[in-house]
Amino acid sequence: MTEATTVGFCGIELAHPIINGSGTFDAIAARRVFGDELLERFPFAAFVTKTVTVEPRAGNPPPRLWELPAGLLNSIGLPNRGLAGFLEHDLPVLAELPVPLIVNVMGFTRDQVATLVAAFAERDEVAALELNVSCPNVETGMLMGADPRETAALVERVRPLTAKPLIVKLTPNAADVPAVARAAQEAGADAVSLINTLRGMALEPASGEPALGGITGGVSGPAVRAIALAQVHAVAAAVSIGVVGMGGVQRGRDAADLMAAGADLVAVGTESFRDPMAGLRVATELVALPVSGAGAVV
Amino acid sequence: MSDRIQAPLDRRRVLVGARSVRGPYVVLACEDPDGPRPQAGQFYMLSAGGRWGGGDGERPFLPRALSVMRAAPGGRGLEFLIEDVGPGTARLCELQVGDGLLLLGPLGVGFAAPREGRRPLLVGGGVGIAPLVILRDRLGPGVPPPLLGFRDTARALASREWLPAARVATDDGGYGHRGLVTDLLAAELARDGHAEVYACGPPAMLEAVRLLCAEHRAPAQLALESGMACGYGACFGCVVRTREGYIRLCVDGPVVDADRLEAVVGVGAVG
Ligand SMILES: Cc1cc2nc3c(=O)[nH]c(=O)nc-3n(C[C@H](O)[C@H](O)[C@H](O)COP(=O)(O)OP(=O)(O)OC[C@H]3O[C@@H](n4cnc5c(N)ncnc54)[C@H](O)[C@@H]3O)c2cc1C
Ligand SMILES: Cc1cc2nc3c(=O)[nH]c(=O)nc-3n(C[C@H](O)[C@H](O)[C@H](O)COP(=O)(O)O)c2cc1C
Ligand code: FES
Repeated sequence: MTEATTVGFCGIELAHPIINGSGTFDAIAARRVFGDELLERFPFAAFVTKTVTVEPRAGNPPPRLWELPAGLLNSIGLPNRGLAGFLEHDLPVLAELPVPLIVNVMGFTRDQVATLVAAFAERDEVAALELNVSCPNVETGMLMGADPRETAALVERVRPLTAKPLIVKLTPNAADVPAVARAAQEAGADAVSLINTLRGMALEPASGEPALGGITGGVSGPAVRAIALAQVHAVAAAVSIGVVGMGGVQRGRDAADLMAAGADLVAVGTESFRDPMAGLRVATELVALPVSGAGAVV
Repeated sequence: MSDRIQAPLDRRRVLVGARSVRGPYVVLACEDPDGPRPQAGQFYMLSAGGRWGGGDGERPFLPRALSVMRAAPGGRGLEFLIEDVGPGTARLCELQVGDGLLLLGPLGVGFAAPREGRRPLLVGGGVGIAPLVILRDRLGPGVPPPLLGFRDTARALASREWLPAARVATDDGGYGHRGLVTDLLAAELARDGHAEVYACGPPAMLEAVRLLCAEHRAPAQLALESGMACGYGACFGCVVRTREGYIRLCVDGPVVDADRLEAVVGVGAVG
């Protein structure tokens, strides 16, 4: 990437505006699979971890995946080592990545989120925190991000615990997403990111039973792109803080659209499953596009 | 049959160099000059270079996992054995010589060398014979005839092309032993106390293999399947349950030691 594309986001300098969506790229596993080439040509300008919770989680029973028309339904269930395991095993390895690290956290209570934020606040390896208030797979995950007051209370609780940028990852399954975004801003968030997956369901054709072990799941991929664009557009108009746009991005054109709708950064999620280098490809395609009034959609 | 072979980070666009049809199976061959030589038991994520998506039900969207069946030295000359069971495999099966193919790999960990004092015994069912072909090539001469099971005569006959010296069972008895491949395995394990079993096939077959091997205290390496979206550890979608909890089959498999499993359970194959 050329220097001309360097972007600043919440005081962090990034080589280009393309990052990964939480839970859609495991840099540690990818390094085992692809070796050090991954570090030499890392596909994203910052790395967002999969959601970390206080306690370890095994995740949902399989099947966890169901392919959709131009998309994917998943019920992964946030498997992770838990805070202590992450700090001991994952953080040292992630600290070797050539890009800034954004840790995504989720708690089932405000105290749990506070525990996570406080733990990462003191780690120099961590550039920013993303609060997942929007996971639709886990029973209680909906609560905090579905209502502006709940979101405000959460952000107010954790804001004093860290000077690091706080990104609130909004749920698209809320009644009034821009209102939640505004509440996050007023409570001190530095940025919002969206969209997370949309709640969905599929039945196995032969049995008529739910196709996923988790019964319902989250829809991602090109199937949600138009919804993402509309929500990013509405949220960007409602807040003055940073916006990370995502949802169905496959090409530079899709990233340009989200940026035109008001996103400062764009995350690539499901497309990385098809192509591990999708992030860098999107960044390259974005630079090559003719400039067409980015940020101009009103 | 050593440490993990690492994959290039780039998904490669290659051309179908040869295509042949044997009964219900299609073999696609391609040159992959930029990839390393895969291990037996490793796999690739494949998609067609064009018209991937937009078929019946607008699938496929994700790439599909396919075991490598043969690999010439240097990663060149990869061959895949494919059975049309849905939109993704149907699209791959209709590719012709000169059509584009996207591939990522080699992925996963393959078969390990037999334990000290053990003789490899290969057991396959249906399209699951694919990784056994490359395994047989790598093990060299002196491997006892593989034991194979098929639904019908057409499939059994087709397999002669790739594993000619095998002992075969068919469900309908149209070719070879009438019954299950595990009938052949039970007899073999009773006869040979030094076998190490290498098996790939449908979940019910692998579960029967696992139980028989446990009964005879024979070590077994099972090449499992599960629905995969990415193939390189990114999505956490391909988990299978082991005694130590869930593992991601794409990075910690697809070959798994049988004694790590409480059971082989079929999980619908996505992509
Ligand atoms: C490591 C590994 C190696 C493999 N090696 C080979 C090989 O060498 N040769 C070979 O032919 N196959 C191989 N497979 C299996 C192959 O990947 C699957 O058959 C293929 O992905 C099926 O895709 P499809 O679109 O053709 O069928 P699908 O429609 O995906 O059908 C396959 C199964 O998926 C389920 N299904 C149905 N609808 C959907 C849906 N909407 N979303 C998700 N699942 C659905 C059903 O249970 C169905 O029976 C391998 C799999 C793995 C994991
Ligand atoms: C398999 C899978 C796992 C995900 N895991 C997480 C997660 O752990 N935390 C989170 O905040 N978002 C998670 N997401 C949501 C993505 O980060 C992203 O918001 C969403 O998929 C939309 O982008 P996309 O259409 O480009 O995939 C996950 C998405 C997928 C498909
Ligand atoms: S297929 Fe995505 S983690 Fe295994």
